[in-house]
Amino acid sequence: MSKRTRQNKLFEPSLVKEALKQSFVKLNPRIMIHNPVMFTVEICTAFMMGVCIWIFAGEKSQGGLAYNILIFLILFVTLLFANFAEAIAEARGKAQADSLRKTREDTPAKKVFPVGEIYVDEVKIVPSSQLKKGDVFICETGDTIPMDGEIIEGLATIDESAITGESAPVIREAGGDKSSVTGGTKVLSDRIKVKVTTSPGESFLDKMIALVEGASRQKTPNEIALTILLAGFTIIFVIVCVTLKPFGDFASTPITMAAFISLFVCLIPTTIGGLLSAIGIAGMDRALRANVITKSGKAVETAGDLDTLLLDKTGTITIGNRKATNFWPASNIDEKIFVEACALASLADETPEGKSIVELSGMNPNTFSTNGAKFIPFTAETRSSGIDMPNGIHIRKGAFDAIRNMVGKSGNHFPVDTEERVKTISSNGGTPLVVSQDSTVLGVIELQDIIKPGIQERFERLRKMGVKTVMVTGDNPLTAKYIANKAGVDDFIAEAKPEDKMNYIKKEQQGGKLVAMMGDGTNDAPALAQADVGVAMNSGTQAAKEAGNMVDLDNDPTKLIEIVEIGKQLLMTRGTLTTFSIANDVAKYFAIVPALFIVSIPGLQALNIMRLHSPESAILSAVIFNAIIIPLLIPLALRGVTYKPIGASALLRRNLFIYGLGGIIIPFIGIKLIDTLVAIWF
Amino acid sequence: MNTEIFGVITMYVLMVLLAIPLGRYIAKVFEGQRTWLDPVLNPLDKLFFKLSGVKPEKEMNWKQHMLALLTINLVWFLFSMFVLMNMSWLPLNPDANPSMSADLAFNTTVSFISNTNLQHYSGESGVSYLGQLVLMLFQFISAAAGIAVCAVVFNAMKERTTEKLGNFYSYFVKSCTRILLPLSIIVAIILAFNGMPMTFKGKETFISLQGDTVNVSRGPAAAMVAIKQLGTNGGGFFGANSAHPLENPNYLTNMVENICIILIPIALVFSLGHILKRKKLAWMIFGVMTVGFLMFLIPSIYFEMKGNPSITHLGIAQNLGSMEGKEVRFGSAASAYWGITTTVTSNGSVNAMHDSFTPLTGMFAMLGMMINSFYGGVGVGYLNFYIYIIIAVFISGLMVGRTPEFLGKKIEAKEMKIATIIALLHTFLILAFTALSSHLYVGDPKTYAGWLNNPGNHGFSEMLYEYTSSSANNGSGFEGLGDGVPFWNITCGLVMIIARYLPIIGPVAIAGILAKKKYVPETAGTLKTDTLTFGIMVLAVIMIVAALSFFPALSLGPIGEYFH
Repeated sequence: MSKRTRQNKLFEPSLVKEALKQSFVKLNPRIMIHNPVMFTVEICTAFMMGVCIWIFAGEKSQGGLAYNILIFLILFVTLLFANFAEAIAEARGKAQADSLRKTREDTPAKKVFPVGEIYVDEVKIVPSSQLKKGDVFICETGDTIPMDGEIIEGLATIDESAITGESAPVIREAGGDKSSVTGGTKVLSDRIKVKVTTSPGESFLDKMIALVEGASRQKTPNEIALTILLAGFTIIFVIVCVTLKPFGDFASTPITMAAFISLFVCLIPTTIGGLLSAIGIAGMDRALRANVITKSGKAVETAGDLDTLLLDKTGTITIGNRKATNFWPASNIDEKIFVEACALASLADETPEGKSIVELSGMNPNTFSTNGAKFIPFTAETRSSGIDMPNGIHIRKGAFDAIRNMVGKSGNHFPVDTEERVKTISSNGGTPLVVSQDSTVLGVIELQDIIKPGIQERFERLRKMGVKTVMVTGDNPLTAKYIANKAGVDDFIAEAKPEDKMNYIKKEQQGGKLVAMMGDGTNDAPALAQADVGVAMNSGTQAAKEAGNMVDLDNDPTKLIEIVEIGKQLLMTRGTLTTFSIANDVAKYFAIVPALFIVSIPGLQALNIMRLHSPESAILSAVIFNAIIIPLLIPLALRGVTYKPIGASALLRRNLFIYGLGGIIIPFIGIKLIDTLVAIWF
Repeated sequence: MNTEIFGVITMYVLMVLLAIPLGRYIAKVFEGQRTWLDPVLNPLDKLFFKLSGVKPEKEMNWKQHMLALLTINLVWFLFSMFVLMNMSWLPLNPDANPSMSADLAFNTTVSFISNTNLQHYSGESGVSYLGQLVLMLFQFISAAAGIAVCAVVFNAMKERTTEKLGNFYSYFVKSCTRILLPLSIIVAIILAFNGMPMTFKGKETFISLQGDTVNVSRGPAAAMVAIKQLGTNGGGFFGANSAHPLENPNYLTNMVENICIILIPIALVFSLGHILKRKKLAWMIFGVMTVGFLMFLIPSIYFEMKGNPSITHLGIAQNLGSMEGKEVRFGSAASAYWGITTTVTSNGSVNAMHDSFTPLTGMFAMLGMMINSFYGGVGVGYLNFYIYIIIAVFISGLMVGRTPEFLGKKIEAKEMKIATIIALLHTFLILAFTALSSHLYVGDPKTYAGWLNNPGNHGFSEMLYEYTSSSANNGSGFEGLGDGVPFWNITCGLVMIIARYLPIIGPVAIAGILAKKKYVPETAGTLKTDTLTFGIMVLAVIMIVAALSFFPALSLGPIGEYFH
C-alpha cells in the first residue's frame, strides 16, 4: 500500500503569491461586508485616511501627521492580514482540489452513438468535455476513463491511484455495488461500457472546489451563530467608543480620532473575525487531505457532534473477509476424507471464504477430476452450496441449521460432537460451515474473523469523545457479540438487513442522537440519506454517492473516525480563537484607556500597569499587536487545534487555560515588548 | 474579630441558611406539590381565578406568557397613572399632599411596575397614603411578575421537548400568595414590633426640648418596608429610605431588612436545583454569583472601614471608618454591606447615602448594577445570568469540539441573536443616555447647572449612576443629582421600561425556543455546565463582556476620582 502524500507545507511560495494578490482583491467592500467585524475595520481605515488628509490640510488638534499615517497603515495591514488568512486557506484548498481535478483534464472519449452516421451503436472519439449526462462511452485496456460514470456492461480492473493514492488495482463491474468509475482513473484490463452520471462541472469534486472558493461558500449554521455573537461584541464596542466622545468632553479631555479608532479596532474581535472563514475552509481542506470530499461545510461541522457511528464489520473492524482456520471432522469420519470433501465443495466457490477453504486444505485444485461434476451455487433458499460428482456423490456445505434440516429430512441424525463443535465455534466469534456427503454429516469448517490491529484503541478513543460505536454485520448474534466484545464496540446489529441500519439510525435520531454511517451499495442509499453524516465510498454506486453528504475517495471504512476528529477540530479552533480574541481585550483596555486620559487625569497613570512609554507609543503598540497576532495565528487556524479525547470538562479546562489565560497574559507581554521598540520613536 | 465584620458575616450566613429551605419551598410551590399553606390560601387563589375568569390549569407557550405579562402590566400602568395624578382629591390623604405632574407620575409609575422603585419624589410630601398603598401593591405584583417569569424559564429548562410551559396567571398568583405574602407578613410584624409606624393617621406633632414644633410623618410603613426589601423593590416609604429612623429603627431591623434583600434571589437559584433536579448546577450558579458578590463586597467594606483619605490627611482619626452620609447605629461595615447587597440585587433601598461612599465603593455599587446578575432582582436576576450562561455555553461548547448545547438543547443562531441583543442592551442604555446627558451639560452648562451638585468626576458618576440604576431596575440614587425635572423623569422612565421588559422577553424567548427543540442526551463529549471550570468560564464572560465595557466610563467617574 503506497499512499501519495498530500502533506504540503503550510506556506508554499506559489500559494503565498496567489494569496497575497487575493488579499488586495478582497479589500473590495462588497466582498468585505460578508465579514462584519473586518468590514468595520475597513470603514475605520478609510476614516483614518480622511483624518490624515485633514491633518495634511492643516488641522492641528489630531496629533502629528506621521503618527496618524502610521495608525492608518497598521489598520490597512490588519485588513490585509485578515484577507491573507482567508486567501491562503482558499488557495490551499483549491490547490488540493486542483491536483485532483488535474486527473480529469480533457481526455479522448470513445463515445457510443446509438444511431451513428453509418452504423447503429457507432463509436466515435470525442473530447471528454463534450460528454453529457446520460451519454455512453467505452473504455478498453490502457484507456483513461474520461468522466465519472456507472458501468452498464462488462468488468475491468482499474488503477485508481490517481484519485486514492492506492496503488493496488481494483475490480469494477456492471451491476452490484462496485459499478462506479471515476474520471481520471485508468483501465488496466478488459473492456467496459460506461454511462455518464454527471454533467460537466457538476461532479462532487467540482462542487467541493466551489465550496472552497468564495463564490458559493455558504456560512454554516454554527459559523452564522458565531458571527452574530462577534457582531454583537462589535456593536458593544461601537457604543463604548462613540459614547466616550461626550464623556471625554465632560471631563475636558480631548481625545484624538486616532485614539478612538485604535481603541475601537483593538477591542472588537478582529483576531477571530479575521480568521473565522479561514478556519472553516481549512476544515474542509483537512477533510480533502484525508481524501474525503464533503458536499457541504455543515457536514464537517456535524461530524464533530456525532454521537453514534454505524460501522460495517468487514473491512472496518475485521480485516477483509473471514478465513478458514480449522477443519473439525465428525467423530467417526477420517480427517483426510473430510478435508478432501471440503475442498471439493469449495472448488467452484469464488467467495473469499471458499477460496480460503481450498487454500487451508493444502490441495491443488487442478488435481481433482471434476469432469461431469455439477456445481451447486449458493442460494438464499437452500443457504448451502456444493458439488454433485459424476459418481453420484452429493457434497454440500452450508449453515448449521440448513444442513441439519437437510440431514433430518433424510432421516439421519446430526452427530452430537459436531453440534457441540458448532456451538463452540460460534461462541468464539467464528462461523461454522457444516459439510455433508449424501446426507451424512462429515464435520465442520471453522471460519474466523481477524480483528484489525489497533482498532480497540481507536474505539476507546471514540468512547472518550462520547461517540458510541455500533458494528453492523450479517453474522448471527452469537458471532456478532463475540467480535463486538473483542473489538470493543458498544453495540452491534447482527444478521443485518439494509432496513435494519435504517431503523437503527431512526431510533437513535429519535433519541436526539446524531448518527453517521458509511456505505456503498444502492440499498445503503436510504440509510445514507437518513444519517446525519453519510459517507459513501467512491467505489460505491451513484445512488449511494448521491444520498450521502461525503464521499471517501479511499474507500476506507475507518475514515469515519478521522472525520469525527476533523469536525471536532474545526469547532474547537473556532472556540479557542474566539476565547483568545476576547481575552486579549483585557490587556488592550489597560494599554489604551490610561493613554486616553493621562492628560486630564494624571492619576490614571496608576492604571498603566504595563508602564508603557507614552500615550502615542501605548496606542501604537496595542494596534500593532492587534495586527500581527492575526498572521501569527494563521498556522493554528489552518492546522486546527489538536483534539485530545480527555473528556469535555478536562478539555475545557485545558483550552481555557491555554487560550483563555494565555489570551489574557500574552498581549500584556506582547504590547510591552512592542512598546519598548516603538518608544525609540514616540 | 471586629464586631462590625462579625455582624456582616452573621447576616450573610443567616441569609444563606434561610434561603436553602425557602428554595425547596418555592420549588414545591411551582411544581404544584402540596405545601402547608394550601388549606388557608387555596380558597383565596380560587377566588382570584374565579373573579378574573382565568383557567389556571390551561398551559401557555412562551409567547402567550409574555402577552399575559405585558397585558397586566399595561392595566397597572394606566391604573397607577390615574391614582398618582389625582391623589389630592382621592381619599386617604390626611397630610393633603398634592397630585403628581404628568412626567413625575410617568416616571414613578414606570419605576414601580418595572420593580425599579427609582423615586424622584419624597414619600412624606410627594404621595398620599392611597398613593403609597398603590405603590405597595406594585411592589408585590412587580416582584411576583419577576418570580413568575423565572418559573416559566425553570419550567422550560426541563429535560423534554414541549411548548407547554404552565400558566402565567397561576405562577403569578402563587408568587404573590405563597411566597411574597407570607414572608412579608412575618417581616412586617418583626419591624412593627421594633418601632416602625403602621398607621393611617396623619403627621404626629410634638414640641421639642428647644421648643420647636416638629411634625413627624408616619403612615403604614412596616407593611411597605417588608415587601420593599423582599421584592427587590427598594422604594422607601420615607424619602431617606432605610436610613430614616422610622424606616429602619435599629441594628436588628437593619439585619432583618438586609437579609430580606437577597433572600428570594438566592432562594430562587436553589429552587432551580430542585425543579430541574440539578442541585450541582444550582450550586455552580450560586458559587459564581457569590464570588462576584464578594469581589465587590470585600474591597467596599475595606474602603469604608478605612475611612476617607482626605480626612485622614487632615489629621483626623476615623476609628469608625468613613461615616459621612452613614447612620451611626449601623456603622461603616453594615452600610457598605447594604450598599453592595442592594446594588447587586436590583433592590435599591439604601441605609446610607451612596453619594458619600468612598469613590471605589461607589464604583463597586455601580458595577453590581452594571452586571445586574450577581443574585440580581427577584426572578429577573437569574434571567440576566441565564443570558451569560448561554453566551458562555456557546463559546465553551465550541472549545470542547461540539456545537454548543445547554441542558440537552442545541444553541443556534436564533438564540445567539437574542442573547447578544439582550447582553448589549444594558450597556447601550447606560452609556448612550449618560452620553446624551453629558453632551447636553457640556453644550450648555448654565441651563443645566441645576443637575449636578458636584463638578468633575463626581458629577459624572452621579449621571452614570442614575442611568445605571434605572437600567438595572435598581432604583437607588447617587443623590446629589437634581433629578426631579422632566428630562430625568422621562429619560429614566424610558430606560426603565426598555430595561425591564426586553431582558424579560429575551431569556423567556430563548428558553421557550430551546424547550421546543429536540432533547439531546448527555454523552462523554457533552460539556458539563455544573462544574467549577464552567463556573470560571461564566464569571470570565461576565467580567470581560459586561464589566470591562464600562471600564472607560468608570475611569472618568469613580476611578478618576479615586486617583485625583
